[in-house]
Amino acid sequence: MQVFYIARRFCVFLLIVWLAATLNFFLPKLSGQDPVRTKLAAEAQLGGHVQAGMEQMVKEYEARFGLDKPVWRQYLTYLDDVTHLRFNYSIANYPRTVNDLILEAMPWTVGLLGTTTLLSFAIGTFLGALLAWPRAPAWMRWLMPPLWALHAIPFFLLGLMLLYLFAFILQWLPTFGGYSPGAQPGWTWGFALDVFWHALLPALSIILVATGGWALGMRGMMVTTMGEDYVVFAEAKGLRSLTIFTRYCLRNAILPQVTALAIALGQILSGAVLVEVIFGYPGLGALLFQAIRENDHFLIQGIVFTVIVALGIATLLMDLIYPWLDPRISHRGG
Amino acid sequence: MLRYLRRNPSLTFGASLLLLLLAFLVIGNFVVDTEDARPLSVATVQPPSWQYPFGTDRQGRDLLAVMVAGTPLTLRIGFIAGFLGVGIGSVLAFIAAYYRGWADTIIRGIADIGLTVPGLLVLIIIAVSVKGSLTVNQMAIVVASLAWLNPTRTIRAQVLTLRERGYVEMARLSGMSGPAIIFFELMPNLLPYLAATLVNAVSSAILASIGLEVLGLGPLEAPTLGMTLYWVNYNAAIINGWWWWWSAPIVVIVIVFLGLFFLTVGLDEVANPRLRRQA
Repeated sequence: MQVFYIARRFCVFLLIVWLAATLNFFLPKLSGQDPVRTKLAAEAQLGGHVQAGMEQMVKEYEARFGLDKPVWRQYLTYLDDVTHLRFNYSIANYPRTVNDLILEAMPWTVGLLGTTTLLSFAIGTFLGALLAWPRAPAWMRWLMPPLWALHAIPFFLLGLMLLYLFAFILQWLPTFGGYSPGAQPGWTWGFALDVFWHALLPALSIILVATGGWALGMRGMMVTTMGEDYVVFAEAKGLRSLTIFTRYCLRNAILPQVTALAIALGQILSGAVLVEVIFGYPGLGALLFQAIRENDHFLIQGIVFTVIVALGIATLLMDLIYPWLDPRISHRGG
Repeated sequence: MLRYLRRNPSLTFGASLLLLLLAFLVIGNFVVDTEDARPLSVATVQPPSWQYPFGTDRQGRDLLAVMVAGTPLTLRIGFIAGFLGVGIGSVLAFIAAYYRGWADTIIRGIADIGLTVPGLLVLIIIAVSVKGSLTVNQMAIVVASLAWLNPTRTIRAQVLTLRERGYVEMARLSGMSGPAIIFFELMPNLLPYLAATLVNAVSSAILASIGLEVLGLGPLEAPTLGMTLYWVNYNAAIINGWWWWWSAPIVVIVIVFLGLFFLTVGLDEVANPRLRRQA
């Protein structure tokens, strides 16, 4: 049964990768856009190139990028390239490949998102559990309305407000980028501190909003769990209330939270893209923004595909951890 | 009615926020010349004054006029996409949950997979593929292309709990056809829940459209809330200290989201009275 569960999750993952690749390939084709011609025409307009001989140039580039072959051949080549993570050159930054650019931006996004997601999930879940616990201190009830309000605001809007308050008015924190313009990237304490300082505002805008959501979800689950018969029975047995809280309520209420985390990853990422844009953070979101501005189709497709695959892997990992958290699944066979 | 509203403060609060916004828009439409929402119609970068209560931006738009003209556009995107999403979603959900079988497997599979994919990125690919700049209505269609996933999933789960109830069984035994049971037995019982789902879908659609617009993929000529934020970012209004430029859209957006959020919470309570005792 265990094997069947794992195999099924893995198939879903492969399906996601295939769908993402296919969508990536066919959607731009459907629109009838011609990235090479568009780019050359734009450059001709800027005066950098001459109009004459453009047809030849288009042909040359199309041969170079393999755009002159029939569509099904292109599709197969594309699938082959994509499974080997070869994404072509970036049109706007020609000598550089899409892979280079993505690899450069990836650690920033992974670092920012990984830290903020884990932190907000942990804090929010714990806070939500406390909110539902009758023995929690009374002042905690006052936390509910601000949490609800924060939860309803998009990440980047809070980011805008934090940016204005802390970076413009108070000038405590930097306004832009992942590190100071003059800093030498490297594994030194000074640089690490610089990076931390720059990441603080983007991280805060994600954590504050996301924590509210996790707290609300957890509180709801806790309230339901505390009404269960086995909790009443535990109370009747005279177990310590802390034991009931942690071993009986928390342990059970956390399961749907983990499922929700797997589903929410995509939404969190969508929100983080905008946060990166607002703060000019050098991750995938800002790179995507730049690619959209420069109409760099290969780069856009590369980023979208990479992110979907990365998220697919994250979801797959969580699916694989889940039976260990909830033994019922591996026994029932999922 | 009034007594019920007092018992359901979330619903009251959400509805009042939205009514307040509506009043602002309606009155604004009579008082303000919405032509001033176009670039180059007023003096540039003026802080709020008696003449321009919300100030003006760098391209010479009166921000009060932008809010009055742009907010309905953003709401329109949200409502079109939300209605389409819940409409398509509930049809699929009812088919999947009532008939089960292979239709259920396929529909549930697609919805589950679609939900794990970051929606904004797929919307970006779609928006980039469309030639030229989108219009407001095209924008709504683009957003709607993913807006049905969440409604499908949640409504399906609700229908599954209903289809085994006694009265559905009764209807089935008395020879009622499948579509008739869905329309006359299941739908009416799910109406409050469908309403909550709709409000939720509208809110997500607005969020998605603002996201696309901030990235520069929106209707460039329309003064929607998201486009206003795009110009704010484009002109680095924050580090230039033009606080009024982004304050107005942010306040309106926050009111919209808070209003819709509390409306959903309130409607959830209508749909599921058991929540009342716990609150």
